[in-house]
Amino acid sequence: MTVTLLRRLYFALVALFLAAPLLVVLGVSVNEKQDLSFPPKGFSLSWYGQIFLDPAWRSALVASVLLALAAAALAVAIALPLAWFLWRRIAPWANVFQALGLAPFILPPVITALGFLSFWATAGFYGQAWTAAISHAIFFVTLPLVTLSLGFASIDRSLVEAAATMGADDRIVLRTVVLPLILPYMVSGYAFAFVLSLNEYIIAYMTVGFTMETLPIKIFNALRYGYTPTMAAVSVFFVAVAALVFGLIAWFGDIRRLLGAMGSEKS
Amino acid sequence: MSGLSLKDVTKRFGDFKAVDAVNLGVPHGTFVCLLGPSGCGKTTLLRMIAGLEDPSEGAILLDGSDITPVPTHKRDFGMVFQSLALFPHLTVGQNIAYPLRIRDRPREEQARRVDELLKLIHLGGFADRPVAKLSGGQRQRVAIARALALSPRLFLLDEPLSALDAKLREAMQVELRQLQQRLGITTIVVTHDQREAMTMADLVVVMGEGRIRQAAPPIEIYRRPADAFVADFIGSTNLLAAIADGSGRATVFGRPVAGLPMPSGLAKAVLSVRPEDVRLDKVGAGAFDGTVTFVRDLGATIETFVEAGGETIVAVATPRDKPDVAVGQAVGVVLSPDACVVLAR
Amino acid sequence: MRREPPRSLADYAPLVFPALMLTVFFVVPFSIMIAVSFFRRDPAGFYTPDFVVDNYARFLSSFFGGVLGFSLMLAVLVAACCVAIAFPFTFLLIRCSRRVQTVWLVGLLSVLSLSEVIIGFAWSTLFSRTAGITNLLVAVGLMDAPQALLPGFGAVLTGMVYQALPYTVLVLYPALVRLDPTLLEAARTLGASPLRAFFNVVVPALRNTIVATLIMVFVFALGSYLLPQILGRPQHWTLSVLITDQAIYQSNMPFAAAMAVFLVLISLALVGLTLMVGRRESAA
Repeated sequence: MTVTLLRRLYFALVALFLAAPLLVVLGVSVNEKQDLSFPPKGFSLSWYGQIFLDPAWRSALVASVLLALAAAALAVAIALPLAWFLWRRIAPWANVFQALGLAPFILPPVITALGFLSFWATAGFYGQAWTAAISHAIFFVTLPLVTLSLGFASIDRSLVEAAATMGADDRIVLRTVVLPLILPYMVSGYAFAFVLSLNEYIIAYMTVGFTMETLPIKIFNALRYGYTPTMAAVSVFFVAVAALVFGLIAWFGDIRRLLGAMGSEKS
Repeated sequence: MSGLSLKDVTKRFGDFKAVDAVNLGVPHGTFVCLLGPSGCGKTTLLRMIAGLEDPSEGAILLDGSDITPVPTHKRDFGMVFQSLALFPHLTVGQNIAYPLRIRDRPREEQARRVDELLKLIHLGGFADRPVAKLSGGQRQRVAIARALALSPRLFLLDEPLSALDAKLREAMQVELRQLQQRLGITTIVVTHDQREAMTMADLVVVMGEGRIRQAAPPIEIYRRPADAFVADFIGSTNLLAAIADGSGRATVFGRPVAGLPMPSGLAKAVLSVRPEDVRLDKVGAGAFDGTVTFVRDLGATIETFVEAGGETIVAVATPRDKPDVAVGQAVGVVLSPDACVVLAR
Repeated sequence: MRREPPRSLADYAPLVFPALMLTVFFVVPFSIMIAVSFFRRDPAGFYTPDFVVDNYARFLSSFFGGVLGFSLMLAVLVAACCVAIAFPFTFLLIRCSRRVQTVWLVGLLSVLSLSEVIIGFAWSTLFSRTAGITNLLVAVGLMDAPQALLPGFGAVLTGMVYQALPYTVLVLYPALVRLDPTLLEAARTLGASPLRAFFNVVVPALRNTIVATLIMVFVFALGSYLLPQILGRPQHWTLSVLITDQAIYQSNMPFAAAMAVFLVLISLALVGLTLMVGRRESAA
């Protein structure tokens, strides 16, 4: 009994710690006047409107969303054939590419960012918007690579054998069996990469920071030049998008399995 | 030659020989059971026939042509997997229509064939169900129907009934055999269940340690096992050490078994006697004497355990001719010579 | 289906695009960065090709030594706090119902995915004088006047623990899920209290997992590039902040690159250590 009580208390404390800064930001974002006060003075949702109405914020939003859409798509396009090859073939040396796909996520992001900065500067494309998309795709390729590898590992190989006995060659097996089964993992990988790309600051800043403003860059710039409640509104907006996307993944899939709880369908 | 034939088919995994020089001829329309304990190579043999494994040596011929190099998807066989391997993202109908769909057969033909097959397996009207919503027996039937959708040249099943409970399994065995007889299709089933093999097969192939120990019709396997391994694996049997005496008679526990000669040139042998062929009588009336150690009354049959010369012999009788014995009682064990199989030791 | 080695050139086809992308856009940039670390700074542009070790020689200064020492100390502290909070939390979490677990995981992922900019902004608001937590304390009468809790070391540490905590839980989660629950039940039937069973059975059984997680979180914390800047004073800047600063504001790419190479070496050494710990665990 006391154990349950202690557990509840502990969970509540962790939840409070995780939620507190977000709650303050939520409170600040509904201030009526343009000042930083909590508890909020008055109530207004106008700052949320600003995200879409103010041209500077709107263009940052559009830039961020386009960047995330493109980067996530490219990340999946790189991860899918790689994960498929690693699942289909015995080629130990190909694991080098898997390691390359995992490395950017494990190393401190500043390093990858600096690598891209020197690369694009050397190549002469520094500041072009598409360079940010490629950079993000490489940086976040880890996410679809992990979800897709999990997805492939979960395919019962006898399904592929059964398809072969019924006359399906490799290409038909891929189209009619493998891809439909892998689709949920593809979608999760895309969603993970999308949300993280939307939030990413340092790589976007080092590649296109001087020519294009994404939302995180815009928030950081605004933070240095003085406060506006729109920043708080945008932050709340970000949390909501992340919670929505991960909530959807959990609703349609098994998020516990995606996070490494193998065999969870048994419990 | 019409039908399937295996010529010296061998499969090595490293130093281990999973299948060792198997030769077998299967005439068209035959129902074959590959039977053996786990690890005997029966599944590997089936997978080689399906093209899912390449033989290390030997050839597989179908109707006279060598199919060894033909990839699985060009063999036109139907196969039912132990896990059934139903596609979880497709409905019952889509699963059955799969081989037709990937060959771009017209939609009407696909629908008609699905209907036919669903009727055949008594699941009419199930076409739009997701496979996850089916019971074990229903999934089993769908897997069978899917494998038959293209009227395959060879129908292969790998432990197809192992996931079902005992009662359903027995019913499915009968159903599968009747289905095969109706369609006249050459069928090969892998199983470790000798009852299953006896129920369904025209030809039982008993395998052990990668080799074929005996290939024969079920009743012959039962009545005339080729060696002690087969005798012991098929049904239950009493195995008794026998030696030839001076006049060539088989002796057990030092006493000759009346009317049972040893094959010439054989000094030592094993006698296989089925429990239902062992009868108990008064002391001295049988081939040898023993002591009753346990009586198991199972209702339909009564098993009596008799110890003699350090061995336990089991006798099975029906309630009608139940022996009147009690634990601790001395009895004579009667072996009828025509029920004894003398096997080389 | 058998996995088989590629037989023809066509079998390699799926590998072409990923290999090309990862080589051109990861291996090459990385190599360029290493090359740049030996280049000479060009105040007008980025850098001029050369081969000098000056950039590495600067590591020997006491200023750099101080930054490095502080970075490592901060990362160790963050890792220790996170594991201390996250380990019991994750242990309790895996014993909850699927529903509760799912809700928590969604929440943790949402926080984890948050931009450092947003985390920094949120904590700077929470710690601020005008909108901060102290206003609540004033409102309930515990304090006389609201005050700012930043910039300061405490604020930096809090922000970084906040950032790394969800990561820690998600690293621990798979390892703890695989823990055999009968282990704990066995300890309980032998008379251990829940708390004793946790410390005498669970913690020792997962010692290597804990060490590996500490290292993972340490590397993660080393990567924090904005929080020390937003929540701390210049003396709280870490190596990651310094790299950003040198690359962007001081336009000294070669020195930034040299520091980055150094950071990679530290990180790789630690990741290698993690893998070794992991191998010992699976071998045991």
